[in-house]
Amino acid sequence: MKVVRIEGDRATAEIDHVEREIGTALVPDVAIGDYVIVHAGFAIQKLSESEALETLELFRKMAELDAASEAEP
Amino acid sequence: MSDLPFVTEFRDPKAAHAMVGRIRALAKQVDEATFMEVCGTHTMAIYRHGIRQLLPSNVRMLSGPGCPVCVTPNDYLDRAIALARQPGFVITTFGDMMRVPGSTSSLQRERATGADVRVVYSTLDALDMARREPERQVVFLGVGFETTAPTVAAAVLSAASGGVANFSVLSAAKVIPPALQTLVSDDRLRLHGFLCPGHVSVVLGTAPYEPLARDHHLPCVVAGFEALDVLQGLMMLLEQRVAGEARVEIAYRRVVVAEGNPVARSLLDRVFEPCDSNWRGIGVLPGSGLAIREEYGAHDAARFEVEVEPTRENPGCACGDILRGIKTPFDCKLFGKVCTPEQPHGACMVSSEGTCAAAFRYGREEAIG
Repeated sequence: MKVVRIEGDRATAEIDHVEREIGTALVPDVAIGDYVIVHAGFAIQKLSESEALETLELFRKMAELDAASEAEP
Repeated sequence: MSDLPFVTEFRDPKAAHAMVGRIRALAKQVDEATFMEVCGTHTMAIYRHGIRQLLPSNVRMLSGPGCPVCVTPNDYLDRAIALARQPGFVITTFGDMMRVPGSTSSLQRERATGADVRVVYSTLDALDMARREPERQVVFLGVGFETTAPTVAAAVLSAASGGVANFSVLSAAKVIPPALQTLVSDDRLRLHGFLCPGHVSVVLGTAPYEPLARDHHLPCVVAGFEALDVLQGLMMLLEQRVAGEARVEIAYRRVVVAEGNPVARSLLDRVFEPCDSNWRGIGVLPGSGLAIREEYGAHDAARFEVEVEPTRENPGCACGDILRGIKTPFDCKLFGKVCTPEQPHGACMVSSEGTCAAAFRYGREEAIG
């Protein structure tokens, strides 16, 4: 969910245009605009964009190799 | 379609095809491989994405004890039900506890006969109710593992600092590592690795799995919950098995870091202390539960003295053996016949994360085929 407002140890987070109040006590350094993983109404971790992109790059290479091997006669 | 970044990307069919191909190639290099998914959310994900059907026949997945509702024993429910029957008490709980059968009743049945039982989305909802209704005792049912327990701890700390005297927690919180240690010590379980829980590992990091890799030579891979996350986790487990290695690896790097979430762990330590805890099907495991520290005893619902009915287990229910990975739902006499999600006889059929509920909803063709 994306953090859109912060008030004390609670924040408003949004997903698919639905807003929800979440607790931020477990991720106190959360900032507006961060994407967070929410469990039982609390942010438990921030989502790392750079790690996500790195993993997806690995997947993309695998898919490319796969397509290349299928194309072989 | 979700506007959360990286959801559709982690379901990309081209990458899935490539990974299944790699898994099949790796599987040819070993006689067999049996992995356990520890976490109930993985059980659901594996069924929902149809991953079992994609795996070669010598790669088996077993479900582990990681559904919190499923491992919560009857005597806890009986105590919650006894509290619900007290005048002036409000029981607050996550929804999946409502229909779990206790010895003779369930929270849902109690609500139908007049008890004040309310489903909440988070511990904060329960805390806010206590603030709004100071004349009632608001008890939150603290069922869950290391991911949920810090949210309970945060609420207890807020209640203590805010003077919310009518908020308390009936703790059945449990920790995963002692359960995994017990499982791997059972000779009946033949296992070649663990698909480790994504969100428990967010809090704990990778340290608890090191002894499993080091002392039991079991590969451990922390995985996420999208189709590609699970496939990547299985691929990494097979790679280790083929190479004869046993390491702890993270396949869910966008969310899980090796050191976990130290803030969440420090909240846990402040509010809870280890206690012996009873796991359905596994028994009492020393140090596997979390009890509220004496310092916060005013918010511990264990202080309410109520008469609890004698505990009775359903004799036909195989939940216990299923949670140990010794039986599958299809081995249970009750499964799909008298025990269904509408008429559950055991906890594994109630929780959306329960193995039996997942097998009933998504896996019935396996029983036929």
